[in-house]
Amino acid sequence: MMRIECPWCGSRSEDEFVCGGQSHIARPDPSVASDDEWAAYLYQRDNPKGLHHERWLHRFGCGQWFNVVRDTVSHELLAVYPMTAPKPELPDTSGGEA
Amino acid sequence: MERYSAFSLLKHALGGHRHWQQAWRSPELKPQYDVVIIGGGGHGLATAYYLAKVHGISNVAVLEKGWLGGGNTGRNTAVSRSNYFYPESTRFYEHSLKRYETLGRELNFNIMLSQIGIINLACSRHELEIFRRWATAIQVQGVDSEVLSREQIAAMVPLLNMSAGARYPVHGGFIQRRGGISRHDAVAWGYARAASNLGVDIIQNCEVTGIEVSDGRVRGVKTSLGTVRTDKLGMAVAGHSTVVAALAGVKLPIVSQTLQAMVSEPVKPCLDHVVMSPMVHCYISQSDRGEIVIGGGADTHPSYGQRGSLQSTEAVLNAAVELYPMLSRMKLMRQWGGIVDIAPDASPIVSKTPVTGFYISTGWGTGGYKAIPAGGETLAHTIAHDAPHPLVEPFSLDRFARGRLIDEGAAAGVAH
Repeated sequence: MMRIECPWCGSRSEDEFVCGGQSHIARPDPSVASDDEWAAYLYQRDNPKGLHHERWLHRFGCGQWFNVVRDTVSHELLAVYPMTAPKPELPDTSGGEA
Repeated sequence: MERYSAFSLLKHALGGHRHWQQAWRSPELKPQYDVVIIGGGGHGLATAYYLAKVHGISNVAVLEKGWLGGGNTGRNTAVSRSNYFYPESTRFYEHSLKRYETLGRELNFNIMLSQIGIINLACSRHELEIFRRWATAIQVQGVDSEVLSREQIAAMVPLLNMSAGARYPVHGGFIQRRGGISRHDAVAWGYARAASNLGVDIIQNCEVTGIEVSDGRVRGVKTSLGTVRTDKLGMAVAGHSTVVAALAGVKLPIVSQTLQAMVSEPVKPCLDHVVMSPMVHCYISQSDRGEIVIGGGADTHPSYGQRGSLQSTEAVLNAAVELYPMLSRMKLMRQWGGIVDIAPDASPIVSKTPVTGFYISTGWGTGGYKAIPAGGETLAHTIAHDAPHPLVEPFSLDRFARGRLIDEGAAAGVAH
């Protein structure tokens, strides 16, 4: 079970949180976006084996959203940062064995 | 290939079982194939089998990173059923279930199919109303399905907690009597043996590290055992679809998550059906060995770690002991996780791609096992004809841009 560092409540166990999927998805302008661009925005995700930038909600705590950088193989959390902050610079150590 | 029969069993018993043939050949990787399939699980092996059997293409290699059936084919709960909601899905899965019904004979390999029936439990009045609609939709499509009363279910599943104070009261449900369970290893091995006999090369411990594409066409694959030239490449790598497709520059609408399952210690026969309760996301059956097989929901976060989180284990076991109180005194023997590739509409993708000669079978989500025969057959057809099989036309990759989703995630809830 992961321990997640909520920016407001501190370190709590994973079952208080819910993952909201990939973060930093930019919405294209619907008046000019093609069907393919719009479908990519709605449905395509990076789904990397390695470092993933994702949103989490502290549902059974403060109810706040925040961003996390997590390794999708080891589940190690490498950074926690606010929703509006840019992606933090981290060395990519992706693709390790499970 | 030596045929398996009661006679061959007797003959080899007299010989002390020392002279059985290898079930499939383990040849060297050749430098060129007509078709290369990435992934030696049920879907990949079935695809190779149908390519050779139906389309006469036997210069085929199946490349497997680990061992045959060691991914999701060996990590599921071995359930087959076709009780979906939308006609596209029901047609496809019914075709698959029919293939399963005759598969043991076709492959000359006992897949130990037991059509014990699959019961969906309604744990509220509202859920029962939706189930009536769902069961009727299946009947309209000519597939067996039958609404059950609370009393019928009580008689069929005596393990259920039917007391007045039950936390999850059973209001009724529906059954697909032809649904059931089989032996997953046997499905993988049976297809491997039959495909190998038709000339397919099965290469284990061979990881694909690159896909060569030029002028928008597949030219070959780089593997840990060397480079292979091919014009046609099929991908059936549940749990790694986006990683492998990215080697060809193809992006997919897929998220990989962990789905876990577990088994108890073996006990005497006490459960005659597969019983699912979609509301609390718990489904159980009893294996031929006597273990109670328990499955639940997928973890919510993307993951490639084949473990499964503790809170998902707790959630499914909480539901299981509430529904079946006698389980609370049993020991859990094993727990494991598999990585499932889930599309936004929880329906599969069997399709051509923007890269000519690159064909994909993915998005099987939490239910790829039941789809193995039809998934292999339709991917083989798609590869052989460079055009989708009629059963998978609705499941193409471009359905997302067209907005023609088949939302079984909402309609059938898509258990397993």
